[in-house]
Amino acid sequence: MADFETPVLGEYQVIPHLKRDTMAGSKPYVAKPDHQKALGFPVELVPDWENVAVKKLGELVAQSRALQVFLDSCVKCGACTDKCHYYLGTSDPKNMPVARQDLLRSVYRRYYTFAGKFFPKLVGARDMTKDVLDEWYTYFHQCSQCRRCSVFCPYGIDTAEISMAARDVMDAVGLGQKYSNEVIGKVHKIGNNLGLPGPALANTLEGLEEDVKDETGVDVKYPVDVKGAEVLLVTPSADFFAEPHVDGLIGYGKVFHQAGISWTLSSHASEAANFSMFIGSHSNLHRAAMRIREAALDLGVKRIVVGECGHAWRVAYSFWNTLIGPFDFLDQKYPIPQHICEFTHDLIQRGALKLDRSANDDKVVTFHDSCNVARASRMGNMPGGQFIIPREIIKATCNHFYDMAPETIGESTFCCGGGGGILTDELLDLRIKGAQPRMQALKQVVDEYGVNHVAAICAICKSQFTKVLPYYKFPMDMIGSVHGLVSKAIRLDAKN
Amino acid sequence: MSAVTVMYTLLFYVATAILVIGVTRKIFIYARTPQPLKIPTTPAPTTRAGVWMRMLREVTVFESLFKASKWTWLFGWIFHFCLLVELIWHLRYFTEPVLVFLPWLQWFINFTGYGMVLGLFGLWGRRFLVDRVRYISSLSDHLMLALLVGIAASGLSMKYLFHTDIISLKAFFLGLMTFNWQPLPSDLPLLVHLTLVATLMIVFPVSKLLHAPGVFFSPTRNQVDNPREKRWVAGWSAKIDNTKAGG
Repeated sequence: MADFETPVLGEYQVIPHLKRDTMAGSKPYVAKPDHQKALGFPVELVPDWENVAVKKLGELVAQSRALQVFLDSCVKCGACTDKCHYYLGTSDPKNMPVARQDLLRSVYRRYYTFAGKFFPKLVGARDMTKDVLDEWYTYFHQCSQCRRCSVFCPYGIDTAEISMAARDVMDAVGLGQKYSNEVIGKVHKIGNNLGLPGPALANTLEGLEEDVKDETGVDVKYPVDVKGAEVLLVTPSADFFAEPHVDGLIGYGKVFHQAGISWTLSSHASEAANFSMFIGSHSNLHRAAMRIREAALDLGVKRIVVGECGHAWRVAYSFWNTLIGPFDFLDQKYPIPQHICEFTHDLIQRGALKLDRSANDDKVVTFHDSCNVARASRMGNMPGGQFIIPREIIKATCNHFYDMAPETIGESTFCCGGGGGILTDELLDLRIKGAQPRMQALKQVVDEYGVNHVAAICAICKSQFTKVLPYYKFPMDMIGSVHGLVSKAIRLDAKN
Repeated sequence: MSAVTVMYTLLFYVATAILVIGVTRKIFIYARTPQPLKIPTTPAPTTRAGVWMRMLREVTVFESLFKASKWTWLFGWIFHFCLLVELIWHLRYFTEPVLVFLPWLQWFINFTGYGMVLGLFGLWGRRFLVDRVRYISSLSDHLMLALLVGIAASGLSMKYLFHTDIISLKAFFLGLMTFNWQPLPSDLPLLVHLTLVATLMIVFPVSKLLHAPGVFFSPTRNQVDNPREKRWVAGWSAKIDNTKAGG
């Protein structure tokens, strides 16, 4: 465990006083020429980059009503200033959502508004300089695009949109972030974030089948590239072997097995994640999503189900129909796409699964609402279904469940601290500090109810928790998949 | 006609033109700019009617701000409510006969001027007392508050201390509207009040006051949460044609 200053958890969450520039030194590695090239971005800072950046910013604003409205409307009321987990964890004022937006808004004003052109000092408008660019690179990579600020803004200003735009501008001038851009390149080239080729995937899945057979004595299948299957499952590639993600995948397989519904993974679309959203690149967003349409058509499936992944579910739920629709070739009786939790919940409702809660009696469970699921998507047919459905599943699979404090879950949920393209080791200090509000809320239920298990439905959350829990003196295996609980509780011998 | 009358006649024509043209232009830009993806902040209404209700709550009781900060909400809501009542009340200087419901506001008007000042000082106080809000405040934020306090204070001074000739004042504004110009009473508090109001009208389209039309166009608040049920395309996303690429 590397040595970092971990925030101390007190009795309750405090709103810290400003400490300027505490995170000024936190920046991710810069993308190498190869990473940039694969995504169609310039490989290094382009000549005359200042003008290129300003022009790109103007284009983005002209193409997005959100940016147009958000950049004009902020009144600096301060409602968002204490809402960002990175501000709460680091005290750096530039991590207050409005201050982060202003890093970009100040440039927009200088070049595109009357007040900024003629009275820059008055409204805090700034020229696009190298210092400004560096500041963008530093602080727009301290935003996990979790949208918590947008819940509380009286105009719904969403810093995620601004940070996506800033990253898009930086990519356009040749200053990319290594982690996200390298990952997106792997998806384009190989088909998933981890760069796991088809044969290795098939191997991994065979291994899983053997493990499950050894453990349960039942032949649960984990099929890949099966033409004519009913369901195409698209899941984050971390589910194929990272812990605790893989327990979730095992769970999905058992659910399909019990339901008697044929399903398949695809080696062409072996990744639900789409990091292109993090960098605000429309062309890459479309290109990465397109694999799913191609795989669904190629395999001739009737339904698409998406595994546990936060931003992937945002892209799938909110953007797929736009990006890779229309889905007229799929069965219209089911939601397109459908979340694995919706799928499992539906089966539980219909009594199609037999679940033994006592199998999870060693656990006292809480649920971490992942930001993109909570604030950028839905499950089921009513608003807020994304909070109800996973909890219903959890309550059907264990006897001891306690929610964290209401101001830290649901639409007010705190990000795990690792989303939005910052789940990379060089940003570990930021990730630990950004996790503080979630850890604070967790501590309360640990102390009060003896909670020893956090269930989540996001690959990034699971990886991030695994990494940061020990810094807060919690065991790292405290984090698990919701379908890990299902996997434990499901009775495979029972016939419907 | 006095120089003061000529000056203020011109000032209000110019200010009105800038306000109307500037805000209309901005509304036009907001309306014309596409929103290519669905980005409502969820949980969000799944129907158009639901979105109307969400927007109504947002602009009448400031629902999101209430979730965020009770003090900012309290001062902000008091200020905006009092401002609204005052604006409607001021229609009596522009309508003859006065609108039928205006007298109903008589009772509120005893408090709304003070309410504006109270709300504004509450909001302004946060800009000094709360270190986070102090950090994000720029000079223009302070000047905007000063301008609004000036408008409220000069208005109050005429209501309680230095009464002005409101019959002539009304004749002046009705004259402006019918291009039949009438003299303006040249009392200092009135001239201060009118100058500040005209200033507000002029800066409106180039300032953060654009939050007023902006909120109605905010995609995180005005979009229906139905991306699976209804395919959404606009702007660059409308140019996508998957039927060729995907087969």
